[in-house]
Amino acid sequence: MAGIQDGMTVMVGGFLGTGTPEILIDALVEKGVKHLTVIANDGGLPASVTGTTDRGVAKLLSAGMIDHIIASHVGMNPIIGKGMNDGTLKCTLVPQGSLAEKIRAAGAGLGGVLTPTGVGTIIADGKETLTIEGKEYLLELPLHADYALCRASICDKFGNFSCYKATKNFNHVMAMAADTVILGAEKVVEIGEVDVDTFTTAGVYVNYIVGGEQPWQI
Amino acid sequence: MADLKMRIAKRAAKEFKDGDIANLGIGLPTMVANCLPEGVTIVLHSENGFTGLLGAPEKGQEDVDVINSGGAYVTYAPYGNFFGSEESFSIIRGGHVDATVLGAMEVDEKGNIANWIIPGKMVAGMGGAMDLVVGARKVIVAMLHTQKGAHKILKKCTLPLTAVGVVDMIITEMGVMEVTPEGIVLKELHPDYTLDDIKAATGCELIVSPDLKPMEEE
Repeated sequence: MAGIQDGMTVMVGGFLGTGTPEILIDALVEKGVKHLTVIANDGGLPASVTGTTDRGVAKLLSAGMIDHIIASHVGMNPIIGKGMNDGTLKCTLVPQGSLAEKIRAAGAGLGGVLTPTGVGTIIADGKETLTIEGKEYLLELPLHADYALCRASICDKFGNFSCYKATKNFNHVMAMAADTVILGAEKVVEIGEVDVDTFTTAGVYVNYIVGGEQPWQI
Repeated sequence: MADLKMRIAKRAAKEFKDGDIANLGIGLPTMVANCLPEGVTIVLHSENGFTGLLGAPEKGQEDVDVINSGGAYVTYAPYGNFFGSEESFSIIRGGHVDATVLGAMEVDEKGNIANWIIPGKMVAGMGGAMDLVVGARKVIVAMLHTQKGAHKILKKCTLPLTAVGVVDMIITEMGVMEVTPEGIVLKELHPDYTLDDIKAATGCELIVSPDLKPMEEE
């Protein structure tokens, strides 16, 4: 976490906490940086919803570390609505499919993506549209970050990783789209220890691996 | 009220044929899965990242890696498949979902739908809704005909749109309507209501189909 500085843009994988690397979030809260722009699907789950502790991005929000959140759904965490109302937090809403493709575009070296999603809505305000074969598309630009915090169910020491079941979410595309990628992993194996087809994301994206990620306790 | 919602869900369920891929919204639309006619099995798509979505697990049997898009623990079918958000929305936008059933705050005679934001109220975000209504092959709005007497089916939506011209069918406790280039055509009327009742509860012209049928309960 040493490299994450005030004002940086950080991507956080997961969906309502599932697939989010909690140990990395905890470490970032402990480091205590400010004025972050966070790109994530949502605002995590507050303790009022989990019944125990904040989960995922909610920890960063509760600690007041975020100035701007770029997400698709923020309704589960009332801190965001409150922050927007009193002007302490900026929130940019992006349709979930567009969010995934904007991130992927950055990671794949594309200048943007053309999507029919959002055409004719307030999401299209200020954006370029193109008509291709008679159908209108919105140009959505790439979203890049300084850091991505991703979660793996299993990885090897090269950084190849996989996320089991519904923990995949944004982890793969975010690993592609940040200058520095930190992986929080449940299980870390030696290179060559498991079948090569175990892994779905190439280790070339990953810079650091932290073991010790735990399954969420209900 | 619960009976009326069940009536709507049962009618919406008849729109499916065996093997259809469907995405169901939260609330009333979710009830459709339990109302399918005998011999019809549909494959449910969960936009956070899998196909083969099934119901809630027994208490104590939860897999913390398997949630639905509302964050609830769920189960999955043996033919289920898990993927990241980029692929989940490729499945949606790419036309691989046969139908979506979802609620709406407003629908209009052009097939426009508004179901994601009420300006001035707490903002939740569109999540996957904008992609879903643009991408699904058939968009079925299943909702109560009015909001405590206030029109929801309008000549023109007043709230910010989720998408333009995407709604194919509207199913309410009062009847079944199809959105056509000429306007909204009433295809079925529930026996509890007269034509005058449904016209009074609708904020735009209703074109009565020449072969108007009673809305079937079972």
